[in-house]
Amino acid sequence: MFVGKVMMKENFSEFIEQFKISFVNNFITDNRWQYLTKGLLVTLEITFFAVMIGIILGFLMAVVRTTHDKTKKFKVLNAICKGYITVIRGTPVVLQLLIIYYVVFATVAVDKVLAAIVAFGLNSAAYVAEIVRSGIMSVDPGQMEAGRSLGFTHGQTMWYIVLPQAFKNILPALGNEFIVLLKETSVSGYIALADLTKGGEIIRSRTYDAFMPLIAVALIYLGIVMLLTYLVNKLERRLAKSDRG
Amino acid sequence: MIEVKRLHKSFGPKGSLEVLKGIDQTIQKGEKVVIIGPSGSGKSTFLRCLNMLETPTSGEIYYNKQLITDRLYDINKLRMNIGMVFQHFNLFPHLSILKNITLGPVKLKGKTENQAKEQAMELLQRIGLCDKADAYPSQLSGGQKQRVAIIRALAMEPQVMLFDEPTSSLDPEMVGEVLDLMKKLADAGMTMIVVTHEMGFAKEVGTRILFMDDGLIVEENTPEKLFTHPQNQRTKDFLSKVL
Repeated sequence: MFVGKVMMKENFSEFIEQFKISFVNNFITDNRWQYLTKGLLVTLEITFFAVMIGIILGFLMAVVRTTHDKTKKFKVLNAICKGYITVIRGTPVVLQLLIIYYVVFATVAVDKVLAAIVAFGLNSAAYVAEIVRSGIMSVDPGQMEAGRSLGFTHGQTMWYIVLPQAFKNILPALGNEFIVLLKETSVSGYIALADLTKGGEIIRSRTYDAFMPLIAVALIYLGIVMLLTYLVNKLERRLAKSDRG
Repeated sequence: MIEVKRLHKSFGPKGSLEVLKGIDQTIQKGEKVVIIGPSGSGKSTFLRCLNMLETPTSGEIYYNKQLITDRLYDINKLRMNIGMVFQHFNLFPHLSILKNITLGPVKLKGKTENQAKEQAMELLQRIGLCDKADAYPSQLSGGQKQRVAIIRALAMEPQVMLFDEPTSSLDPEMVGEVLDLMKKLADAGMTMIVVTHEMGFAKEVGTRILFMDDGLIVEENTPEKLFTHPQNQRTKDFLSKVL
């Protein structure tokens, strides 16, 4: 018994020693940690601007689609939106990224980060459009009527009355979409873009050690997603104040 | 003030369901017109055509001699002059009571926040709900919601008020407070067009009663005459059931 305990203790301290060496080798030597920090910045940059594009385009498409369903206006625009959403949702995001970078931007020397922002932004917009559309449809039609009866135009009623309510209803789905988007940017390595995942991969190729860099990358993604979830929940609670019965 | 000529309205694919079958009606300033009739007779549809919430299939509506059914007429301007109260209140749940009332005047009539707030508080005082200014609609009772909906429409300083079954979704004990407010409004000289099942209110407040059935105005008269000596058989049948 006693001997066994000593053995375990020795094994454990050996493990700690190994861990230290591996940690130094993977992150400290040659300042390798910078692959992760720089990669993280790129990932966040892509995600942030892609989310912006996604929200703006997505909201616009959703408004076009719902307005068309209600008033039969915007026939051509609606058809374009519908086709767009079908194509984007029907093809893998990696392929869209490759096409944007190697086909669409083939003849112009464009920054890889910009190409990724455009690709992920356009991708996200299609999903956001459908989320927002479901949100607009979830708002009681009486709200639109009440707004119109006061003298607001269709657009004003959308902006002041329908969209704020729709936004509140779709916040969980929207938050989820952006978490998915953040993680999807990990395929940016396909166009040799040094994002967070690629940073981990670079370290792995230098040290031939998979555990340390990959787990570290995973923990960083996890940390950001948890932070995002926390922020979305907080916003949800703030918007829910009008629900207190 | 409002003149309706040969108004038709159909719903459904290719207009298969004709709800209004040719309405002619003239409403003068200061009148309190009450529209009664069985469910599905087209009362609400007629009312909603008056501010173009429903687009008539054919026919003409004039408001102060202007043809509002014309496609080029600025309908939003018209609606600022015609207040509407709905069966289901339709308060804006994401805005406080105060914001519900001030949104229209601020965004549409160019009032400052302060002017609009002052006016809103005055209106709230009239219905005794000043303490609810910062509350949200979900915190109000049905009767309170409907009274707020009425003053929200009044804040736009309309010339006519349309009421679409304003008490139909209220608990019985709350009907009185809403009708009282409507009576006060009538006494103040507001032109009102009311669709309702409250026959007591129709008798007391109405200056003219329209009885609608099957998409037509079957009979119209002063409340005294219509309720005591209905001429049309359908009016008699209806009144015998509801009175």
